[in-house]
Amino acid sequence: MTDISEAFANALHLIISADKDLVEIILLSLKVNLIAVFISCVIGLSIGALLAVYKFKGRTICLITLSALMGLPPVVVGLIVYIFLSNSGPLGILGLLYTPTAMIIAQAILITPIIAALTRQTLEVMHNEYYEQLKSLGVSKLAMAKTLLWDGRYQLITVVLAGFGRALAEVGAVMIVGGNINHLTRIMTTAIALETSKGNLSLALGLGIILIIMSFIVNGLVYAINLTAERQAYA
Amino acid sequence: MLNQSSNQKMSQKHELFPLKVENLALEVNGKKLINNLSFKLEANGITALMGPNGAGKSLTLRLLHNLIEKTSGTISWNNQTNQKLIQNAQAMVFQKPVLLRRSVIENLRYNLHVKKIPNKTEQANLIEEALTRAGLKGHANNPARLLSGGEQQKLAMARALMTKPSILFLDEPTASLDPNSTLVIEDLIKEANDQGTKIILITHDIGQAKRLAEEILFLTGGKVCEQGKTLDLINNPQTKQAKQYFSGEIVTENQK
Repeated sequence: MTDISEAFANALHLIISADKDLVEIILLSLKVNLIAVFISCVIGLSIGALLAVYKFKGRTICLITLSALMGLPPVVVGLIVYIFLSNSGPLGILGLLYTPTAMIIAQAILITPIIAALTRQTLEVMHNEYYEQLKSLGVSKLAMAKTLLWDGRYQLITVVLAGFGRALAEVGAVMIVGGNINHLTRIMTTAIALETSKGNLSLALGLGIILIIMSFIVNGLVYAINLTAERQAYA
Repeated sequence: MLNQSSNQKMSQKHELFPLKVENLALEVNGKKLINNLSFKLEANGITALMGPNGAGKSLTLRLLHNLIEKTSGTISWNNQTNQKLIQNAQAMVFQKPVLLRRSVIENLRYNLHVKKIPNKTEQANLIEEALTRAGLKGHANNPARLLSGGEQQKLAMARALMTKPSILFLDEPTASLDPNSTLVIEDLIKEANDQGTKIILITHDIGQAKRLAEEILFLTGGKVCEQGKTLDLINNPQTKQAKQYFSGEIVTENQK
């Protein structure tokens, strides 16, 4: 019990004193996850909007696949990215294994289906409501997708934040492709796993506290955005 | 200026009429919802589509506006059967107005953007005209979906009319409105018709049909049951279904 309270006190000290290692890990985490989420947004929002608007043969299979990909086991994604990026793999020549870029790739693969599926779900409801009116005005399918993306922006921000939250909490894939190398590919979740196994609970707890605070901020933002959108009748 | 534009629109409208619908059918999942529907409409006046629920009125309107695809038959606008070309000259207002999650002014601007009217001065004039028509000048920057039901329908009407369509389809536009709002919408309908827009309107309100329509198309079971001048049809219907309907008896599709 004393160990835990001592570790907790040390963790708070690390946070308050803005410990160099702690800050470095947090900043790398943010960098990797924000870039991964950005890439996932570009791909996922587009796929989601197009799936909401276009009805084509094989669409159901696409939707089932997308839902299945949402539940991709991170370690499997890590393994596949590892195989592709390893020296003997097809992309080994790029020398990306154990770099933040490899971690970004793995994270983007994990988050894109989540953003695409949630975007499709959100925009399809709106599409059902808008369809006849937009068709009556003579709006093309592609323009409908753009309209839905704009009019659904408040809900989509919450979708993006959900993806970001998922990325922040992820550990398996980034551990495999990043290698958890100090000062290079060590991010919050991988550092927590390593420091806990080493018995260095202070740093692990400090990072854990920051992670939980970030999660609170993300969820607080989701709530505030939804509330604002509802108040302004834009939800 | 107004007369010139009205005259121009009148001539555009006359180019699209007569509307001839022949053996139009719509089948969904093996069920015939519209069954060999045939009728002819001229350019003048307001036409009311009437009939019990399930008669196929809304589907007919959607088929004419190319919102759904027919199974068979022909829809010919003065011998032009390319529905996509005609759709640009049409507009539709639904029973429940569908407004974008944007401000009043942005809802109007969106329509101009779709219709490719890039000229800012022309845009501003058309928006100003639409806001005045809807009586919503004081609400221009308010979220459209926070307007009252009557205001939302007025906005939907103004949006539909702002690009001066030759044909306006109205699917029970006053069904959920109070008498005051109904009156305003009816005035907008009459004004649009006076300025050269052909109106095809669905209504269950016999009083409204008398106030607005020159002609009634009475449908049952996805077919035209009777067609005639409004007062003639209401006062002297020839078919059993129309007699029951206009005498105020409750008629359902199952009773046919």
